[in-house]
Amino acid sequence: MRGFDWRRHSALTTLVVGVLIYVGCAMNFRGFASLSVAMNLISENAYLGVIGIGLTFVILTGGIDLSVGALAGASGIALARLVQDAHWNPLLAVVAILVGGLALGMVQGMLVARYRLAPFLVTLSGLFFCRGLALYISKEARGIDHPVFKSWTDFAVRLPEGARLPIGAWVFVISLMIAAFVLARTPFGRSVYAVGGSAPSAHLMGVPVQRATISVYAISGFCAALGGILYSIALGSGNPIAGVGMELDAIAAVVIGGTLLTGGYGSVWGTLLGVLILGMIQTAITFQGTLNSWWTKIAIGILLLGFILAQKAIGARASSGP
Amino acid sequence: MAPVLEATGIVKRFPGLIALDQVSLSLTGGEVHALMGENGAGKSTLIKAVTGVTSPDAGEIRVEGKPFQPRAPHDAMARGIRTVHQELNLVPNLPVAENLALGRLPAGPFGIRWHEVRTRAEAALARIGVTIPVSRTVGALSIAEQQLVAIARAVDRWAGEPLRVLILDEPTSSLDRAEVVRLFDVVRRLRNEGVAILFVSHFLDQVYEISDRITVLRNGRLVATGTVAEIPHLELVQQMTGRSIDLESRSGARSRAILGESTTLLEATSLGKRRSVSDVTLTIRAGDVVGFAGLLGSGRTEAIRLLYGLDRADSGRLTGRGPGIRGSLRAGFGLCPEDRKRQGIFPQLSLRENILIALQAQRGWWRPLTKGKQRGLVDDAIARLRIAATDAEQAIGTLSGGNQQKAILARWLAAEPKLLLLDEPTRGIDIGSKADLMGEVERLRSSGMAFVFVSSEMPEVVAASTQVAVFRDRRMVSVFAGASVDEPTLLAAIAEGAPSP
Repeated sequence: MRGFDWRRHSALTTLVVGVLIYVGCAMNFRGFASLSVAMNLISENAYLGVIGIGLTFVILTGGIDLSVGALAGASGIALARLVQDAHWNPLLAVVAILVGGLALGMVQGMLVARYRLAPFLVTLSGLFFCRGLALYISKEARGIDHPVFKSWTDFAVRLPEGARLPIGAWVFVISLMIAAFVLARTPFGRSVYAVGGSAPSAHLMGVPVQRATISVYAISGFCAALGGILYSIALGSGNPIAGVGMELDAIAAVVIGGTLLTGGYGSVWGTLLGVLILGMIQTAITFQGTLNSWWTKIAIGILLLGFILAQKAIGARASSGP
Repeated sequence: MAPVLEATGIVKRFPGLIALDQVSLSLTGGEVHALMGENGAGKSTLIKAVTGVTSPDAGEIRVEGKPFQPRAPHDAMARGIRTVHQELNLVPNLPVAENLALGRLPAGPFGIRWHEVRTRAEAALARIGVTIPVSRTVGALSIAEQQLVAIARAVDRWAGEPLRVLILDEPTSSLDRAEVVRLFDVVRRLRNEGVAILFVSHFLDQVYEISDRITVLRNGRLVATGTVAEIPHLELVQQMTGRSIDLESRSGARSRAILGESTTLLEATSLGKRRSVSDVTLTIRAGDVVGFAGLLGSGRTEAIRLLYGLDRADSGRLTGRGPGIRGSLRAGFGLCPEDRKRQGIFPQLSLRENILIALQAQRGWWRPLTKGKQRGLVDDAIARLRIAATDAEQAIGTLSGGNQQKAILARWLAAEPKLLLLDEPTRGIDIGSKADLMGEVERLRSSGMAFVFVSSEMPEVVAASTQVAVFRDRRMVSVFAGASVDEPTLLAAIAEGAPSP
């Protein structure tokens, strides 16, 4: 079809695959096609989803952020220590940690944008720094026992059939809406795509490339901190080794969601689909019962490879052009 | 009529060279002004100076009579001076409409007003008389359509400031004829609206087709400026190359026949590739040195790529080798590319390794050369080509350009090819090295090796070649053999194309 750029709609492939997996699971497992399983998919993966949203911004510019998992871990344990041992108000602690995450992301963004350092290496340093920081804050997991915090953990909107949407799911959904609006309908959002398409061209066209680059890493840092906080709220505790390898899950979700690692093409809707597909695979293996949970990783590996190959095929088609 | 843009006495120095030496340029509204010159003539530097990309060391620029000192590209754009480059004009992953508005997207409380973006984009394209669906992704458009979108953007930019000067930097270098016609329609339209257009191109026919005036630069100096009528083809080529018929006697002519019946190595008949080069008809025999003459961008390098198999021809016939690069290697052909820094040398490896790498690759990695054989080959090459190095183990990156070039020649010679294609082997190297290189070429030629030799230096081509193929506007226009080769003939062929029957 002339004029239809598949790369701009690669999330459609993800949607088809997602629906196929869902239908397949629903036909094979009793009780899979229920509202509560669907809501659980969202709430149990909310932290990953929020981190994935931030990461989508970075990957859209053609960058990468490896620090998100470690930053999430550091945020969770910092929250526990601030509330439990420093006796901060939980809300104040949350705000402070979000600002911290934003600042850390911004520093990484500046190193990438101003000094043209490789994002992979800058954020790898960030990964080690944050993981070290988390273990410095506390060597062990720390339960959080505070009435306000407990009310967050227990909060949930109850739906029919015993389904429930806890606080994390709401934060995920709201973040998704905001991110989708920003990317699709604000000049900043469009500059993210422009930078990913061709940073030198964008610069010549008057797009503030540096500012956009710094901003996406700041957003990613903010989202990683938020993800870490949601993880703590869900568990009711902070753990310094939470989120080990989570950056890789998040990258997988973003890529499965149709966002090109080379930048310029993708959306947070795709990331939502990617997160849900990862969640479905996990749920399906739980439902199956006899398979080892490591099969989740094997399935994700195969799926990810399939998507990369599909993107390559689409990319080759699109660049051979009309 | 008063000039829209006037640059006088522009000087720009870089360490060790003067890029622009007292150059002046005057653009009038409603004219197409061609800026001509070979590589390193100073065209790019002059454009950069008037568009605020670099600031000149001396000289004055005036826009509509008022002094103008641009500090950044933004300043020039704001005054209505806009450039459409060969590339980097647009973002490929976004639609046409967005590309036209990027950097100034209209946004309200509910986000970008996409409807307004689309309407404005359609209007901007309509203004230059072009219809392209504005929802198409730019990357999916042809290069020609992308150029037109870039022009529409330049025309539309900064609504309050009208476009005064439009600089088109080699806009036609990858367009086919129909696309050029379409582009020129837009250019004429803008000219009729009073815009001054600075047109940079290597294609002589196009320059004469569209331009009103021509300015020629050579080695950073202004050598000629005038109307198209005042500077005919031959004059233009002479000014660009600095070769004049009056100065050169016809004694350059020489006859170099190949002795006896010699084997044909490669035969091309009307070989061509769309958007690359056409009409390459050549017979290369053992003992030939085929010189390729023509201006920069005339299709010389493209022809070499076709002959060697780096590009696949889509028309014509080629006999003498199998398909692709493998076919060339099997037939014993070698290629020494133009850009030796990027495609030729491995700077960290030693002189010895750089010389032997092609031979070793040809033998296969499981049949290593003995140390003694290696040393023999390398010492022989160093001696014959007079490569100035402390020893064979010196890293090649530390040698001078001329010596690197000799080493690359030695590399291909070590593999003992039957035919060696040399693309600009003498560019940027000193006279002594040139003489050594050309001496070796002549010695090997007389022993039955064949060469294709591309050079921008006319006397070199004349001196070295047994036949000369002339390229012009991406076509091979004529071939001269032996005695008929001299500089005036070549200059005329470059300027006028094939001699009219």
